[in-house]
Amino acid sequence: MEEKHFNLEEDAILFEPIRKTGKTFYITLCILVAIILWGAYAYVNQYRQGLGITGLARPIFWGVYITNFVFFIGISHAGTLISAILRLAKAEWRRSITRSAEVITVLVLFFGVGNILMDLGRPDRMFNIIQFAQFKSPLLWDVSSISIYLTASSVYLYLPLIPDIALLRDHGGKWQWFYRIFALGWQGTERQHHLLEKGIAFMAILVIPVAVSVHTVVSFVFAMTIQPMWHSAIFGPYFVAGAIFSGIAALIVAMNLIRKVYHLEDYLRPVHFNNLGILLLVMTLLWFYFTFTEYLTVYYGGEPLHMAIFWSKFTGRFAPYFWGMFLFCFIIPLPILSFRKTRTPKGTLIASLSVIIGMWLERFVIVVPTLTNPRVPDEVVSYFPTWVEWSILAGCISFFILLYMIFTKVFPIVSIWEVREGREKSMAEVRERIRTYLPGIGVE
Amino acid sequence: MVIDLDRCSGCQACVAACQAENNIALIGPEESAKGRTIHWIELIPYIEGEYPHIKARLLPRPCMHCDHPPCTTVCPVNATYINEEGLVAQINHRCIGCRYCTTACPYTVKYFNWYPPEWPKEMKGSLNRDVSIRTKGVVEKCTFCHHRLLRAREKAKVEGRDLLPEDYIPACVQACPSGAMYFGDLNDPFSTVSRLSREKRAFRLLEDLGTEPKVFYLSEGM
Repeated sequence: MEEKHFNLEEDAILFEPIRKTGKTFYITLCILVAIILWGAYAYVNQYRQGLGITGLARPIFWGVYITNFVFFIGISHAGTLISAILRLAKAEWRRSITRSAEVITVLVLFFGVGNILMDLGRPDRMFNIIQFAQFKSPLLWDVSSISIYLTASSVYLYLPLIPDIALLRDHGGKWQWFYRIFALGWQGTERQHHLLEKGIAFMAILVIPVAVSVHTVVSFVFAMTIQPMWHSAIFGPYFVAGAIFSGIAALIVAMNLIRKVYHLEDYLRPVHFNNLGILLLVMTLLWFYFTFTEYLTVYYGGEPLHMAIFWSKFTGRFAPYFWGMFLFCFIIPLPILSFRKTRTPKGTLIASLSVIIGMWLERFVIVVPTLTNPRVPDEVVSYFPTWVEWSILAGCISFFILLYMIFTKVFPIVSIWEVREGREKSMAEVRERIRTYLPGIGVE
Repeated sequence: MVIDLDRCSGCQACVAACQAENNIALIGPEESAKGRTIHWIELIPYIEGEYPHIKARLLPRPCMHCDHPPCTTVCPVNATYINEEGLVAQINHRCIGCRYCTTACPYTVKYFNWYPPEWPKEMKGSLNRDVSIRTKGVVEKCTFCHHRLLRAREKAKVEGRDLLPEDYIPACVQACPSGAMYFGDLNDPFSTVSRLSREKRAFRLLEDLGTEPKVFYLSEGM
């Protein structure tokens, strides 16, 4: 099993993005950079003038930035978690999608953390969090959990990259020195393969509890206060389910783009979208179940404070956001994902875009209405984000897309060695595995 | 602290005294309408009962200085904590401005500096030198005029005597023209505040949350 025996002709299309860069890439790059610079300009303004130039005020101390924080951390659950579960379940169809999923996790985490930092009144003092760490605060749990998650997901992304980096090193092209360093002397020997597989399996098991903990403690930021409709035990699982929900949607969108732009129709086939579509369908239903339980519990409890927030969401000021969320998270994706006929790449793309918008609204609807209705009556202040907040959101999304694009230019976005391994080994393995399930085929 | 609502006339002298004593920035009517005002003590409308047995009154609301404050546990950097006097203190130069304490406080009595604090030129000379000026991007709150306690302690020390209860009262209590506010040691069973807090008229805000506020209100009730 020497990697070198393979020639580049096989799977050549996977090397294309790294070898050649077209005009479209540069045009997109320019547009994204322009949006990022605009977002940066907005932030510089905020940094110099203070958070007063956002729409925030007392008592709505948290708004779009915290919404973005929860949203981006949620998106990060696409990659590592899905990929780990598929790997452990030995789902063979995972081979061409795991890489694109794992990259999402690692990159998007920076924007989750970044939004928290941009929300700080004194970002220059952020290292106080380390110097004066106070572990009773759920925010500190977030810091710890997200750091571990970021480290674990980076390792988990990197390990399966090693053989592919070695391929790039051996077959010439740009940046030889770069690939040589990061290939860590991979020769594809039996022992190396064994070690790598062990490492990947270990990380796959490790990242699952870490990922679950991340979104649980993100929810704890809200649930550990005594504020109405935040102080809820369902928030942990609700947030984790929502995170996976929006994560899968982000993955489907990314896969659609990669497929179109790099002509990888042969690698990312309708069956992948169909399977992920089913997963997304399950999450849609799960999301509905959690939302339904949460609001029904509040409604039957009937506490006046809770009901004030409840009605502000159902019929009051936040009704457009709330029903928008319901439309995008449930009513649009459900029919599309329910039928095989519409579970196509395009169908799942529409459903996924809808879910992403819906989940952003969900985070907004969790954060803002509670703060708008404080316990002690106060002047009524309504919150609407200003251009600064929207610009920073646009900047974050563009920056994420930019980093993702650059990644595809440096590393293969489909795991080449895993696809090859699938072709060569898995056929026989799966056959063997099925034999062990079935009666009357005489295994031992 | 005890506030007798049956005596309060809603004149806002406490609010004005507090603004001057604690160097609270002025932000103008426009920003104020957006909800950016800072008031360490504020008169809020408090409505009791339901129509037709409704009673509306203005309620002066400083920080409650809870025994179990929801704001201190959530601070990631220990910038807000209960000090040895039992007051909920805020270290302005450590605060990172995450505004977790402001959202966790059920009384919403913590305030954020949305802008760098500003005063008209004429007022700059009359700022209180005992109270540090906050920067933009940090949280501030009522301290029960803690700087007055420090000053009173020093004075007592210089005079070689023990600190007496009347040595230290916050600016709002001092300014109240109708004598509706009382300040003292709640732990001393013979102090005025302690006696008043055990009166039938006494109640505390959102008592059912278990935050154990140290501000008591007196009211004849409905």
